[in-house]
Amino acid sequence: MKLVTAIIKPFKLDDVREGLSAMGVQGMTVTEAKGFGRQKGHTELYRGAEYVVDFLPKIKIEVAVPSEKVDEVISAISKAASTGKIGDGKIFVTELSNAVRIRTGETGSEAL
Amino acid sequence: MRRVFIFLTFAAVTLFGAAVMAQDEAPAPEAATVEAVAVEVVEAAAPAAEEAAPAEAAPAAPVPSINKGDTAWMLISTAIVLMMSVPALALFYGGMVRAKNMLSMLMQVFVTFSLITVLWCIYGYSLAFTEGNAYFGNWETRLFLKGIFDASTGAFSMAATFSKGVYIPEVVFVAFQATFAAITCCLILGAVAERMKFSAVLIFMTLWFTFAYAPIAHMVWFWMGPDAYTDAATAGDVLGKAGLIFQWGALDFAGGTVVHINAGIAGLVGAYVVGKRLGYGKEAMTPHNLPMTMIGACLLWVGWFGFNAGSAYESGNFAGLAFMNTFLATACAVLSWTFGEWLFKGKPSMLGAASGAVAGLVAITPAAGNVGIGGAFAIGTIAGLICLWGVNGLKKLIRADDSLDVFGVHAVGGITGALLTGVFNAPSLGGPGYVADWVTATMVTAADYSISGQVLIQAKAVGLTIVWSAVVAFIAYKIADLIVGLRRPDDEEREGLDTVEHGERSYSL
Repeated sequence: MKLVTAIIKPFKLDDVREGLSAMGVQGMTVTEAKGFGRQKGHTELYRGAEYVVDFLPKIKIEVAVPSEKVDEVISAISKAASTGKIGDGKIFVTELSNAVRIRTGETGSEAL
Repeated sequence: MRRVFIFLTFAAVTLFGAAVMAQDEAPAPEAATVEAVAVEVVEAAAPAAEEAAPAEAAPAAPVPSINKGDTAWMLISTAIVLMMSVPALALFYGGMVRAKNMLSMLMQVFVTFSLITVLWCIYGYSLAFTEGNAYFGNWETRLFLKGIFDASTGAFSMAATFSKGVYIPEVVFVAFQATFAAITCCLILGAVAERMKFSAVLIFMTLWFTFAYAPIAHMVWFWMGPDAYTDAATAGDVLGKAGLIFQWGALDFAGGTVVHINAGIAGLVGAYVVGKRLGYGKEAMTPHNLPMTMIGACLLWVGWFGFNAGSAYESGNFAGLAFMNTFLATACAVLSWTFGEWLFKGKPSMLGAASGAVAGLVAITPAAGNVGIGGAFAIGTIAGLICLWGVNGLKKLIRADDSLDVFGVHAVGGITGALLTGVFNAPSLGGPGYVADWVTATMVTAADYSISGQVLIQAKAVGLTIVWSAVVAFIAYKIADLIVGLRRPDDEEREGLDTVEHGERSYSL
């Protein structure tokens, strides 16, 4: 199993969710996040006072999938979240050692 | 224990006042006869006029009476000027502070407004608007507003307007001017926002109001009224009873010196004496709710019609002129600030537009009924740009944490407006001029008007206001510091004044 963590632009959330649902992903976790990469932040000006805002609002999506589906998930997210402009985000893939469905006690891929 | 003592002191003062009024309501016999015969002809509560009036005015002129239309306008003006402080100024300022200090900002404005209103009715009005010397009025004449209404005869005293024989009830004048005194004090709060201790605010306000606002108001606005000028021979003596700056001939329609320069300078002194907010220049101190600032600025604009057009004391031509100028100059300043910011800073901001509106309102205040429409175009546009510089370039030069730019907007805008009033008042530049001779109520002619001379007089008035306000403010902050201290400990300031001072939070989301 793999855990796919995607950082995307907030307004792309719906597109990504639809893309993943269409390919059979049944659940995900979404978090409102802040951060920066190459896009950097922006400056805000209040009368004479200028502030550099480093952290931009982003959405973090976490999806746990069977290993064989991971490439499909990555391409679905990439396709849905892409605008071609700086700040589109990143996708990280990590190993997932186990998963448990609390209600039934199922483990591993069964629990996804 | 100390709080109980303070409360008891306040209660004692109030009861003492009630006693004074009770005495006043039972007048001595000889006083009663004098007042019963004559309808009191009192310009802004001049005691000397009370005795003189029956002898010289009664036989010749028709019995002076109040004008109901003017009175109606003044009542409305007073109510909407109240709205300028609470909630307009409180929201305008509150939106610009951080969320943790929102309630402290609202509370400081709310309570300062109420405190000054009470002090105004105890001794402030008397100190500012009764006959005294060139600097102060007489604190006894209208102590607790005695003599405003005579219960034994049912007679109300009257206050002069700018037209001979036209009066409004003095009690309406008292209320109108109360809102001015109160908002002036509230304006200062923006400069020391987010750090000054609530108790220190109240001590400072009491002192500064007494020793800076009341005398400046007396110096600029107190005079004997148009009906006091009966012939050329005594005109000099009548003028000699007016306030110092009035005697100089300075023009201040609605309070450029009295309100804005006065408050702006006291704010700047406060920013120095109270010190910078913790983390100033290192941490982001962004406004927490600019929509509230926008709502506040808009309510200020509406209320300012009462402030400026109400300062005509009559609902006639000059109220109309002041109304239109207040409308137009503000719009000009919004545009000039917005385009200036767009050009020099890259983006036209909402806070900039709201600040521009206030800058325009401030600058047109001394000029409102004193300049023509062309003057309003010019003053509004210039004020927007100068105040934009006031909160940018100038702010960096003064190196003080004037949190909400009270100095950059109110003092700078006020000085700009006060000086330009001297320019655009000139009949040759479309201004109405000023009354050159109050005996015949004739206006100055274009040929006699000296722009440089008038600007010099305006500059003298500005200079005196700056020095007076700064000295009084400095001493008042120091006294407040000695008694209770000006600031909270560092960790409490970091936590925010809302919970520390007032035990509540603005937002529980």
